[in-house]
Amino acid sequence: MNVHVAGGIYAERALSIIRERKHLEGPMLPILHAMQHEFGFIPEEVKPVIADELNLSRAEVHGVVTFYHDFRDAPAGRHTLKLCRAEACQSMGADAVANRLRQLLGIDFHQTTLDGAVTLEPVYCLGLCACAPAAMLDDEVYGRVDEDCLAEIVAEVRR
Amino acid sequence: MTVTIFVPRDAAALALGADKVATAIAQEIELRGLDARIVRNGSRGMAWLEPLVEVRTSAGRMAYGPVRASDVASLFAAGFVNGGDHALCLGLTKEIPFLRQQTRLTFARCGVTDPLSLDDYRHYQGLKGLERALSMTAPEIVQEVTDSGLRGRGGAGFPTGIKWKTVADAPGPQKYIVCNADEGDSGTFADRMIMEGDPFVLIEGMIIAGLATGATKGYLYTRSEYPHAIQTMNEAIEIARGAGILGPSVLGSGHAFDMEVRAGAGAYVCGEETSLLNSLEGKRGIVRAKPPLPALQGFLGRPTVVNNVISLASVPVILDRGAAFYRDFGMGRSRGTIPIQIAGNVKYGGLFETAFGLTLGQIVEEIGGGTATGRAVKAVQVGGPLGAYFPRALFDTPFDYEAFAAKDGLIGHAGVVVFDEMADMLKQARFAMEFCAIESCGKCTPCRIGSTRGVETADKIAMGIEPEKNKALLADLCNTMKFGSLCALGGFTPYPVMSAMTHFPDDFAPTPLVEAAE
Repeated sequence: MNVHVAGGIYAERALSIIRERKHLEGPMLPILHAMQHEFGFIPEEVKPVIADELNLSRAEVHGVVTFYHDFRDAPAGRHTLKLCRAEACQSMGADAVANRLRQLLGIDFHQTTLDGAVTLEPVYCLGLCACAPAAMLDDEVYGRVDEDCLAEIVAEVRR
Repeated sequence: MTVTIFVPRDAAALALGADKVATAIAQEIELRGLDARIVRNGSRGMAWLEPLVEVRTSAGRMAYGPVRASDVASLFAAGFVNGGDHALCLGLTKEIPFLRQQTRLTFARCGVTDPLSLDDYRHYQGLKGLERALSMTAPEIVQEVTDSGLRGRGGAGFPTGIKWKTVADAPGPQKYIVCNADEGDSGTFADRMIMEGDPFVLIEGMIIAGLATGATKGYLYTRSEYPHAIQTMNEAIEIARGAGILGPSVLGSGHAFDMEVRAGAGAYVCGEETSLLNSLEGKRGIVRAKPPLPALQGFLGRPTVVNNVISLASVPVILDRGAAFYRDFGMGRSRGTIPIQIAGNVKYGGLFETAFGLTLGQIVEEIGGGTATGRAVKAVQVGGPLGAYFPRALFDTPFDYEAFAAKDGLIGHAGVVVFDEMADMLKQARFAMEFCAIESCGKCTPCRIGSTRGVETADKIAMGIEPEKNKALLADLCNTMKFGSLCALGGFTPYPVMSAMTHFPDDFAPTPLVEAAE
């Protein structure tokens, strides 16, 4: 793999993100969250920049990025739809909701629709367990997800 | 006089349309030229009534719910701003049986106040605990918490006062208070409700922990799945800083304490305290072996208190009302109150804070009202994805740390998830293994590999392939995971699996489909 520390389209912006947070105790996660917020994913080329600034090896940075479910190695769709697959939602039919959603969107979990509208992801608990099944579209939460609610969500992402 | 209308801002209320309701109410106020204001409060914790709209009247707060945006015009037409009757009227909020039966100590303000109003906070006894703590010595604070009998509400149930004493006695120029708000257990939302509904109580609890132990810096580690809680906590911290509650001199006492919010990144295992500390330090969230205890070598190797949200949020009332007041609630060695979260397939789901000691049957049948679908209750999972599935036969078990342990279960973070008779317990056991496989940090072999083998073995049982042999294998695997894993993820995954197998044997003996066709 080519190592290109600088010169990429992300590297310069990455550097300023890192330097704004370097003073924190344990700056890595705040930096990665900020990068994902900025770029939509964690580009390969920022890993050596982070490593260099935090005095870590590239392997260590890569290890952290890949440990956490949140951090992506490629951009998501315009929207991210998270459907809860945990027990409380299962008890209220979340598996059927998941199947219906796969059908409506024509994709499986961890996939993005061909038009780039939405990425479907599983999530294990949104803390909405007393109004299950639950979903989150970007930062918008939905409880007691039923057919009408799914139709609303699908219309929203297709807009 | 200005009318005050309350529309919750809690994520559960938002998930059920609270923002639309608030917008509709604002439009109606404008349209009718009324002298009224909307307060976005926390949730009272009655999910089946959300969005629960309240109006302050001379008789007290009147409740209406569940309100949809389309109901708003008719509410105004019925004169609900003066407490007028309407099909959705529930009467005085405090008289609603679900609330009236509770003992709200930790959640006293949740749903009552504007979460970001310090005036509200002070008006409802906020900061009293901190003010008293500032008049005490550090050992006196630790003693008060020890005497209260408060045990870690995250699940392990370790006495909070003893943990604090260990940190207080540990030498070190910099100590930390880390609040574990990585509430990943399905069926639990108490931490989220506190962070969204009464953030100052958590800040106050963390400051008191700092005074007791000599820690001057706090971190609140919460979940990226909780964007609303993160935002509310950040705003509350700013407000507290501006008011001199956080900062170089807490309430002018000369004691320093400040704190910040850190978001996790979707790893369930980071709810385990040593994983959490690694994550906070910016590493992979891998479990650390203990010893050394985090109390002695925690965040950045320094003495650190790691406490759950509910433990810390219970501290202010203990300091305010005294250890004896708190200790007088509860049973056996489980003292005080516990916010039980009733969730899943249940008619009246929500948060019910009460003294320890109710039976599981009372919680599910009487308070929860049975299933939402109206079918019989088949199983109840208590304590999240690592908690045991209890059948109806164990409904006489009292809600108490020791009583649950005696029945091979655990209270955990006090989440109760109800399943109706449609549940397939073999499928639930398989999911427990699958979840462990997805979330394992990979450090311990039994957890990392055992969970995947567990999924495969459950599949074989489902397919009728040598079921007896595979059930024995699954039990053996559980035994290895239980005793061979460093943390609760691998160590407790056997609870749901073994309880499902023990209490629901019929689900593990499906009709043999094929004679292993080879």
